[in-house]
This record gives sequence, C-alpha cells and structure tokens, in this order.
Amino acid sequence: MTATLAPETIARRPAARIRSPKGRATLYWIAKHAIAVALSIMFLGPLVFIILTAFMNDRQALTSQLWPETWNWSNFADIFEKAPLLTWISNTIMYSVLATAFMLVSSIPVAYALAKFRFRGRKLAFLLVITTMMLPPQVVAVPIYLIWARFHLTGTLWPLIIPMLLGDAFSIFLLRQFLVTIPREYSDAARVDGCGEFRTLIRVILPMARPAIAAVGLFQFFFCWNDYYGPLLYAGTDQSHWTLSLGLAAFKSQHSTQWNLTMAATILAMAPVIVVFFFAQKVFIEGVKLTGVK
Amino acid sequence: MATATLGRRGKAAPFRSRERRRANLRALLYLSPWLVGFGVFFAYPLISTVYFSFQRYDMFTLEPVGLLNWKYFFRDDAAWTSIKNTLWLVVVMVPLRVVFGLGVAQLVTKLKAGAGVFRTIFYLPSLVPVVAGTLGFVYLLNPGTGPVQAILGAVGIQSPDWFGDPAWSKWGLTLLALWSIGDLMVIFMAALLDVPKQLYEAAALDGASAWQQFTRITLPVIRPVVMFSAVTGVIQTLQYFTQAMVAARVASGATDSAGSVFTPGYPDGSTLTFPEWLFQEGFRDFAMGYACVLALILFAVSMIFTLILLRQFRGFAEEEA
Repeated sequence: MTATLAPETIARRPAARIRSPKGRATLYWIAKHAIAVALSIMFLGPLVFIILTAFMNDRQALTSQLWPETWNWSNFADIFEKAPLLTWISNTIMYSVLATAFMLVSSIPVAYALAKFRFRGRKLAFLLVITTMMLPPQVVAVPIYLIWARFHLTGTLWPLIIPMLLGDAFSIFLLRQFLVTIPREYSDAARVDGCGEFRTLIRVILPMARPAIAAVGLFQFFFCWNDYYGPLLYAGTDQSHWTLSLGLAAFKSQHSTQWNLTMAATILAMAPVIVVFFFAQKVFIEGVKLTGVK
Repeated sequence: MATATLGRRGKAAPFRSRERRRANLRALLYLSPWLVGFGVFFAYPLISTVYFSFQRYDMFTLEPVGLLNWKYFFRDDAAWTSIKNTLWLVVVMVPLRVVFGLGVAQLVTKLKAGAGVFRTIFYLPSLVPVVAGTLGFVYLLNPGTGPVQAILGAVGIQSPDWFGDPAWSKWGLTLLALWSIGDLMVIFMAALLDVPKQLYEAAALDGASAWQQFTRITLPVIRPVVMFSAVTGVIQTLQYFTQAMVAARVASGATDSAGSVFTPGYPDGSTLTFPEWLFQEGFRDFAMGYACVLALILFAVSMIFTLILLRQFRGFAEEEA
C-alpha cells in the first residue's frame, strides 16, 4: 500500500519527500545530537561559571564579567585562613566514614534476612522498612532530639552516627532488592557443603553482592557528606563541631562580598564527590537503577 | 491485610513446627539491629510526638495544655504560608522534574553517538552537594554580578531578581531542581531500555508516528516506573528543606553575628516550607509541643503517599520468596 502511494506523495510535496530515507535519518540524527549538546551546555554551565568565579580576584568578583582576568590560585589557600575548613573537613570525613561503616555492618544481615529467609511477619517487616524509609525525618525529630539531649550528645555529630549501628531503612531496602535477585541455588549449594547460614552469607552472598554493597556504601557516604539538615539540628553553634555543608552555608554570610572565595569553598565541597564519581560511575548508575521499581 | 496473607502462607508451608520456630528465631536474630532501631527511633518517638502535641514544652518546663497547640495551628499564619509554598512545590516542581527527566532519558536512549558521555554530563549535577549547588545557583542567578544576568543582558533581557523576589524565588528553586534530575534520568533510561523492541517494530509496520509510539507503547509500559517516581518525588518534596534554607540564607545576606537571628523564608516568606517551619518552631523557638503538632500533620500527609507506594510494593514483595 505504501508503495503505491509513494509516487503521489512525491508529486504533491516534492520538497518534503525528495530526500531519501537516509537523508531524513541524517537530519534526525543531527537534531537529536544538537539538542543533546544544547542541554549539555545548560547542565555544565553552572559548574563552569562556579569554577571561573572561584579564580577571580576580589575586585573582579564584584563585576558581572565572566572570564577571570588573572587566575588567582591563592583563593584556594585563602579560604583555609578565613574559616576552619580543615576542622570541618575532618568532621565531615569522620561522620561519613563511621556512619557508612556502621550502616553496612548492621544493614547487610537485615537485608539478607528480608531477602532470603522465610519467617512469620516477613512481608510486614519489609513494608515497615519502606514506611520508615519514606517518612520525613522531621516527623519524629523532637523526641529523638530529647533522647540525645538526655545523653548530653546534642552539640556533637554522634546523634547522626550512632543510630547507623541499628540499620538504615534506605540501605536495607536497596540491598534487599539486589539480594532477592541472587538465585537460591547458590546458598543451597553452600549449605550442602556444610556451611552454616552465617558463613553462607559471608562466603557466598557477600562476594556476589559486592556491586550493591559498593553502591549502598557510596550513597551513604555521599548522603553524609552532603547532609545539611542533620548537622544543623545537632552540631550546635560551636564551629569546631561543624561539617563542611554547615560551614559552607554560613561561609557566604561571613564573607558577604567575596563570591570568589565562596565559590572556591563550593568547589572544595564538590571536588571529592565528582572525583569519586568518575572512578565509580558504573557502581552509581547500577545503584540508582535499584532505587527504581520495575 | 498483611496478617491475612501471612496466615495463608503459614498453612501452605510444609515446615515442621520446630523447624519453623528455629527459622523464626534465626530471622529475629538477623533482624534484631533494625528491630531495636525501629522501636527506639521510630515507634517510641512517634507515640511520644502524639503525647508532646498536648503539652507545652521548651526543654525546661512541661505543662499539659490540652488542645491548645492544635487550636493554635489554625491561627498560625506562617504555618499556612509554609503549607501553600510546599503545595506549590509539589504541584509545580514534581511534575516538571518527572517530565523533564523522562524527556532527557528518552533523548539519551535515542542517541547514536556519545550516549555515554551525555549520560555522564546529565547525571553529574545530581551528585553536586546540595548546599554547594544551592550556593552556586544563588550566585549564578543574582542580578548584580551573576553570569545569567550578564548573558541575558547581552541580548537585552532583564533577568528577574530570582532569589530576592517573592514572585520568582520558588522558580529559582525549581531551576535548581531541574538541574539535578540525574537520578530520575537513570531510572527512566533503565525503564525505557526494558520496553520490548518488537512492540515498536510492530507499531512501525502499522505506520505509527514517533509520537504515537511514545504515547501508545512507551508510556503505558513504563507507567509503573513513572508513577513510582512521581509519588517518591512528592514524598521527598514534602521534606524539602536544605535548598530553601540555604538559598534564603545566602540571598538575604543574613549575618551570623550574635543577636541577629535568621528566619527562613526569605524573601517575604516565599520560600518557607513546612519542614522549615517545623524546624524553626521546634529547635529555634523551642516550642516543642507545637512542633509536634506540625510533625503529626506532616506524618499524616506523607503517610497517604507512602500508602500509595506500599500498594505498588505489595505485589512486588510477593513475587520472590
């Protein structure tokens, strides 16, 4: 049918039809990639301007010029004198590393049980994990704050680290989603070889779940690295307990005219995340896929 | 509902009762960290929040006040402002993010050259620490020295005072949210690539246009994923805090010097979100009883959306044993 129609259409609309299918495909190809390039400029633009501004001198940062007239590497040294950045960085690292380690130790067994064990209340437990994962942290903030106040731990980051020993709902959920996909035959085979349930987990399941564990660990690490709400609630007014996010948000108010220094500090907070991403891109992407439900 | 299905499974399972008890105990052991955590950091605080909502409490004196906190909520103008703002974000920001994320995902799956590079570029901003990204956007969009005004000015357009004008501040936050759709894009790309190729081939034979293929095949197949992302988007937006807090703080130029207290919402309450107001009342003004009223309202609203999600998960939890 299309074959018989073709000559007519060519006659009626020569301009549109003269191009071969190949020519149209080329146009389509160009259009798609042009949009992609335009979008790339919009996505990268903010980062580029942040970097350019970070190198400007104090005077130029107050103008609307886009390109630094001189490249002031010293800005990155100056910010360390303006604020206790080293303290903030080490606090942030302590928070991120401990919270991630604690989370992994506590959450892996829970996720394994939810994925592989048959027991009463299994489904209810899984639904409760999802519920706690979804509910805003602000809902139960007041009583939890009062618990930590009773232990005199408000004013430190410990209220954000210690609970990680008791599992993290989001991580449990993600790990469970991955562990469910491991065929039962593997653990059955281990059991036939005389492995107990715990040894099966350590020797057979954990090595197979490495990508998921890496993803969950990285997510937790970056969640802590980026966290603002938690430290704002608990770290208090003493700057020596602050994290990088907390200090960064206050940095501009203390150096109000110096956008260049603020942007230099911003780059300092972004750099580690972006560097790690380029080394572990696949882990990230696979991890994010786990968060979507099919 | 959960217990009913469990009962069914209990009967069907060919376990001897002693083995079953051992299996239950073992599960209990593995689950114990989370069970303790659930009790201490969820169940107890939730009940406690209900109790405090009927008290006046400032960390020093505790005084029962009956329904006073609840009645005050209806007269609390700031709370209603924050509800309106949060609703705005749910209605405008969430759908825009989903549509934009889906569009970008669709584009990347169709690219023949450089798809990997483009995916990396589009994903990257979602990794930028929230505080850093927000600071960057306040700088980029500020009309005095920001590059956006410099570029728009070159073609003769006057850029609005994004984070300084109540009419534009939420749009500024929306731009920031659209910039970081990387996670959504990855999820949508995975869903799009899962759509069976034969469906498109059959549709192409029937002469369906690209748009028809998208609305008649792609959308119906990936609908669950889109729904899931939209609902989680709503729940996340109900918690929207950091971006609004940091943007207002930086744009207002509030100093941290002693005596000057920063109130969120700058400019003119236009970025005050519900969780921000809860935080302000509970932990800056120490009206903790009243903050618990706000917390319970937030709980009720998020629970509605969580239940919608759980309905989707019920079948999902069953499929694998």
